[in-house]
Amino acid sequence: MRYSYYPGCTLKTTATVLDESALKSAEALGIELAEQDEWQCCGAVFPLSTDEIASYLSSVRSLAATAEAGEKLVTLCAACHHVIKRANHVMKTNEEVRDKANNYLELEEYYSGQGEVIHYLEMLRDDFGFEKLAEKVKQPLEGRKVAAYYGCLLLRPGKVMEFDNAEDPSIMEDFIEALGAEAVDYPYRTECCGVYLSVNNEDIATGMVEKIVNSALRHGAEAIINACPLCHYNLIELQDKNADGEPVLPVYYFTELLQEALGLTEKVEDKASG
Amino acid sequence: MLKVKTENLRSNILKDIAEISGENVADCYQCGKCTSACPVNQAMDILPHQVLRLLQLGMVDEILESKTIWICASCFTCAGRCPRDVDLANVMEGLRLTLLRQRDASRIKAEDMPEILSKGMPEQGVVSGFRKYVK
Repeated sequence: MRYSYYPGCTLKTTATVLDESALKSAEALGIELAEQDEWQCCGAVFPLSTDEIASYLSSVRSLAATAEAGEKLVTLCAACHHVIKRANHVMKTNEEVRDKANNYLELEEYYSGQGEVIHYLEMLRDDFGFEKLAEKVKQPLEGRKVAAYYGCLLLRPGKVMEFDNAEDPSIMEDFIEALGAEAVDYPYRTECCGVYLSVNNEDIATGMVEKIVNSALRHGAEAIINACPLCHYNLIELQDKNADGEPVLPVYYFTELLQEALGLTEKVEDKASG
Repeated sequence: MLKVKTENLRSNILKDIAEISGENVADCYQCGKCTSACPVNQAMDILPHQVLRLLQLGMVDEILESKTIWICASCFTCAGRCPRDVDLANVMEGLRLTLLRQRDASRIKAEDMPEILSKGMPEQGVVSGFRKYVK
């Protein structure tokens, strides 16, 4: 299986762990993720206003390139996925924005949403299959209690993201169980972590992270996984630390657990998470 | 006593917000689901459903002076639960952009970024901050 791959800015800078663990795991599963040439920053937040056409352009460039290559586009960062998926929806449904974006980009072929973007987790669930993934596990994570943290951007708006049931998702829990670990069910798994509020409203974001982490701990979690560099940062930086200065509840990218289960790395608890 | 002024309902700023957000606030029937869904409502001085009510009454200044629009984290929970398909996240963006564009209410400064980045803040957070809080 071969896909076009869109890493995004943060995976090449502060979140290299997410990039590297995902690529190594894909390679071990026989999946080729070919990084797109000249991809550009997605803009990190989806333009919620009707008049910000320029903010769509980098997404449309990547989507048009993936359509031309005849491959699905795979993302890892929840924010990139959110922006590109929603931009594609706009290209399919909003003629005015579509025409303006096409006029500006002067693409070889008019782009109207013919490209397809999927998140790495969707690639594992829908194309590779969690059952097949379970068969590939070399170091089952038996006895480990892991909480899935979805956050906002993969799930909402549900009608556009079509990632999973936006109010009651199961893709990450199914992923955790495919790796042999026990998925911890807790009520705050789809609540917002505060996103960019941590840039200038840290107290509010801290309160949001506390609710998520405490809820996961109360339900027996020993670790929490996520797919977003900003959630990852907030969950680590804004939660209480133990006597060693480490977060009370360890936080990992979902791909770190994958890499471990596939026998590509030592137990994630034994190494520092980036 | 609350007085609703007709000139407020015809104000250009109300039209700007409607145009930028693409939302029709008149559709809201004040069920309060957005407020009960909002994970930051405890930090807001005007609650999410009240933002829509004030807009229906043309009372824009009260909202533009509030903390609420800068506390909204665009988590999209409200929009997903609205039975009237009013996307309040879009309305909040329309309110922020109106202030940023017309009154330059930028909330973060480039010179503060080295310190924020030194704490390990991902680029995604910095770019999001600039997109949401700066003209």
